[in-house]
Amino acid sequence: MTDFALKIRRFDPESGQPAYWADYDVDLPPERSVLDGILQVKDREDASIAIRCSCRAAICGSCGVKINGQSALACNTRIGEAAERARNGAITIEPMGNMPVLKDLVTDMEAVHWKKIRRVVPWLLPAEDPPEGEEYIVPPESMLDVTQSMACIQCGACVSACLSLEVDPDFIGPAALAKAYRFVGDPRDGETESRLKDLAEDPHGIYDCTHCFACVEVCPKDVAPMNQIMRLRRRATNDFGIKDSNNGYGHEKAFANIIEKWGTLFEAQLLPRSFGDGSLIKGQLRPSGVKQLTESLPTVIAGLRSGKVSPKKALVHPKLPDQKQVRRIIHEIESKDERLELNLYIVGEMGEESEGAMAEGSGES
Amino acid sequence: MKLAYWPGCVSRGFTPELHGSVAKVAPLLDLELVELDRANCCGAGVIAEHNQELVDTLNARTFALAQDVQGAAGMMNICSTCQGAQSECQERLDASSSYRDEVNSHLKPDGLSYQAGDSWWNKNFLWILVEEIGLDNLRARVQRPLSGLRIAPFYGCYIVRPTRRLGFDTYPERDQYLNQVIEVLGAEPVEYAGARKCCGFPVITMNRTTSLRQAGRHVADAIDAGADCLVTPCPLCHLNLDLQQPAAAAYVERDLDLPVLHLPQMVGLALGLEPKELGMGKHVVSTGDVQRRIAQLAAA
Repeated sequence: MTDFALKIRRFDPESGQPAYWADYDVDLPPERSVLDGILQVKDREDASIAIRCSCRAAICGSCGVKINGQSALACNTRIGEAAERARNGAITIEPMGNMPVLKDLVTDMEAVHWKKIRRVVPWLLPAEDPPEGEEYIVPPESMLDVTQSMACIQCGACVSACLSLEVDPDFIGPAALAKAYRFVGDPRDGETESRLKDLAEDPHGIYDCTHCFACVEVCPKDVAPMNQIMRLRRRATNDFGIKDSNNGYGHEKAFANIIEKWGTLFEAQLLPRSFGDGSLIKGQLRPSGVKQLTESLPTVIAGLRSGKVSPKKALVHPKLPDQKQVRRIIHEIESKDERLELNLYIVGEMGEESEGAMAEGSGES
Repeated sequence: MKLAYWPGCVSRGFTPELHGSVAKVAPLLDLELVELDRANCCGAGVIAEHNQELVDTLNARTFALAQDVQGAAGMMNICSTCQGAQSECQERLDASSSYRDEVNSHLKPDGLSYQAGDSWWNKNFLWILVEEIGLDNLRARVQRPLSGLRIAPFYGCYIVRPTRRLGFDTYPERDQYLNQVIEVLGAEPVEYAGARKCCGFPVITMNRTTSLRQAGRHVADAIDAGADCLVTPCPLCHLNLDLQQPAAAAYVERDLDLPVLHLPQMVGLALGLEPKELGMGKHVVSTGDVQRRIAQLAAA
């Protein structure tokens, strides 16, 4: 048995008092979970502490909290390891972020998480009726690509950690977008393109993810929601050519075109090309492009005034000495019929190859 | 120590002061840098979104060029985003030999090949400072302790997440290094909410509001925590935190005026270099206050 200090965030809306930190001591073997610690406090000291929990085995996804500031399942975090990472000696436990708190460690999953999950139409919209008296049959290898998103247990840890949601509560968010990929990648679904169009056009959709890896870091099931969002973007731009009004398509094309042309990033052209689906001229002629370029004008002027950007640098960018090598690589890979993707979730990090893990459909377009 | 050196695109583009500072600081740390001037963009997450095999091949090309530098201990980058994007590719390349062979087949016509092996590494300048040079060694080289300066660290997502990919098993304190370096140089690291959050840069062209709210909020938090300046090992973060700071102020509805240093600039100041040599005049948010403090330190 080891003694551990817990600092639990308490809040009771009926008390009329603001939230506060309360200190508790528990004794447990270090390999037991933080949830065991909380339950010991409830058992021995204060039964009024509110927490959701059920399976205690990282299956039900109920006990999401923040431990030492990091979103996690309380049952899936060893108390000894949490103590090692604790600052000032005590393990801090608080409710998940980005969601309203109902009481103590219980958040309102309905108000945020489930609302967003429903937003992405989280069920199959089949292309056709199943064969008479039978069910849909899909070859197992065609479902490999979505197994990672299917591993989600809806605990909300990624929603809690999402840094985009923190500033934009309307962002559809990592859990719901991973769920969206589960159906976009399902060969039986008949609404792939309209799903992607919807998520690309929504100003709080796939292009509102800032690529910060917070969701990847905290997911207890290795769903890597951000990777699923990147897959959604790849499908939307490359397979369906969906030109969204958020410049997601344009930004990706502009970036790729610049690397194809120069080998390194020509920053001064990224913005105007983004607004023209990758084309410099189009970006400077379109009304929407002109509006956004005008919006960026003060930043451009500030850059020029500080001396970090010279007019020459804004107009001329050197090509790599071996740019034809880069161009050849790009053409060689982009001309393949199927994109090659290695998904380490499927092959494992130490890498045993499997056919299905390496292939990603090139799409329907 | 001899290193293959990948400066990245932005350090030679919109943050030339970063590239210049590294050139000044490296000799003072006994780093011999062989610049990979034929290497290509890391893709910054965008090429990965576009085509995974392509980004893995482009970075394998950079790694192969670095491995061809005779006598180099490894490869150094000076950008959190390059570190993250390249580590992601390296993880896949190292995981599967058949995938690696496929990628290398695209490099073969140019006589290049990426060789996987435990001993070869690609490290950000921050990691080099702590793991290769060492904090004691760095402390011994300080000519001008940055006493009295309160510096808020801003790491950049790509260098701290995901921990499993970024070698935290071997180096568990990598998310503390910037704080440690600030301390060793004689300054005081400032605790504030935003140190390991996202600067917002990746969505600046797609969702300006999300992007600049993030940048603005972190700068504001650092100001409220009493910081004299921010410091970052990522030039892309620098673009959103410095170049975009005047615009970000409008999105958080308050005045912001916090200088943002590049990591090598901060190191250079402590090693005795002058602000001008480190390009500190080429910032959008004036570094004048920091420069005055440095001048006072010199006089004291």
